[in-house]
Amino acid sequence: MSERNTHHATFSIERIYPAAPARVFKAWSDQPSKARWFACHDDWTPGKHEMDFRVGGRERLSMTPPDGVAHRFDAIYQDIVPGERIIYAYDMHLDDRRISVSLATVEFTAEGKGTRLVFTEQAAFLDGFDDVGARDRKLGTEAGLDNLGAMFA
Amino acid sequence: MPEFCEILKLMLNYSRSAKTAGKTPSGPLLDLVFQALADPARRGMVERLASGPASVSELAQPLAMSLPAVMQHLQVLEASGLVRSEKIGRVRTCRVEKTALRMVENWVAGRRANWEKRLDRLGEFLAEEDEQTEEQPKKRRSKP
Repeated sequence: MSERNTHHATFSIERIYPAAPARVFKAWSDQPSKARWFACHDDWTPGKHEMDFRVGGRERLSMTPPDGVAHRFDAIYQDIVPGERIIYAYDMHLDDRRISVSLATVEFTAEGKGTRLVFTEQAAFLDGFDDVGARDRKLGTEAGLDNLGAMFA
Repeated sequence: MPEFCEILKLMLNYSRSAKTAGKTPSGPLLDLVFQALADPARRGMVERLASGPASVSELAQPLAMSLPAVMQHLQVLEASGLVRSEKIGRVRTCRVEKTALRMVENWVAGRRANWEKRLDRLGEFLAEEDEQTEEQPKKRRSKP
């Protein structure tokens, strides 16, 4: 018998983009657009990206890093208000192990000529999910922040 | 240290809602960390120590409790690995143990970091789209 445990966590991230809410929303609702930015790692091999953007529709993406452990994202859309809000539930698998189940809320509000985006995730982390992946993701983030800095320099 | 405060805030949110039942390899120590942070007096002690090492009497001073009570809280913090103390002469000095903090932080920060990177990429994608649409009118191209 494996041991079970659950840790809950909530976090929010805010970004302001110099683009109108309709355009930022489209980057989330249109599959070809979303595929351009959603996979976070250039050296990971993305699988097929399925996306059925409507309430009750599913989104699936599997990404495999060089070490070969597939990260599987599986979402179901719960609430869609065009240009304003998206809520979906999703889980993450490492190979066959479910490591988290989450509710994600994305809110878009006009801010001058741009858009304020607030991403909130309420997550249940399952069964001692170790932080090996987390360390990789942190390294990735640093590169991402550098890119962002370069963009607005 | 704003970064440390952010970590602590995440951990406190996290510890409030943590339900622990298991003993996976990383489980028991995490459970102790969450138990340690579930108490407001102990959170206060950790926050105080975040700004630098302190003696037990310095820790006790702002708290309305006896020295033995403070020592008990300190024992819980030490058992969790969040705080270390050493006695030099007659003074016991306490400090925050960063490794334990980092372990808990990784759970939440890893997921958060992943999303920060994604949202940065979204910004880059939008900027690329901008460049494309700016080029088009100059060339007086009609819409496809």
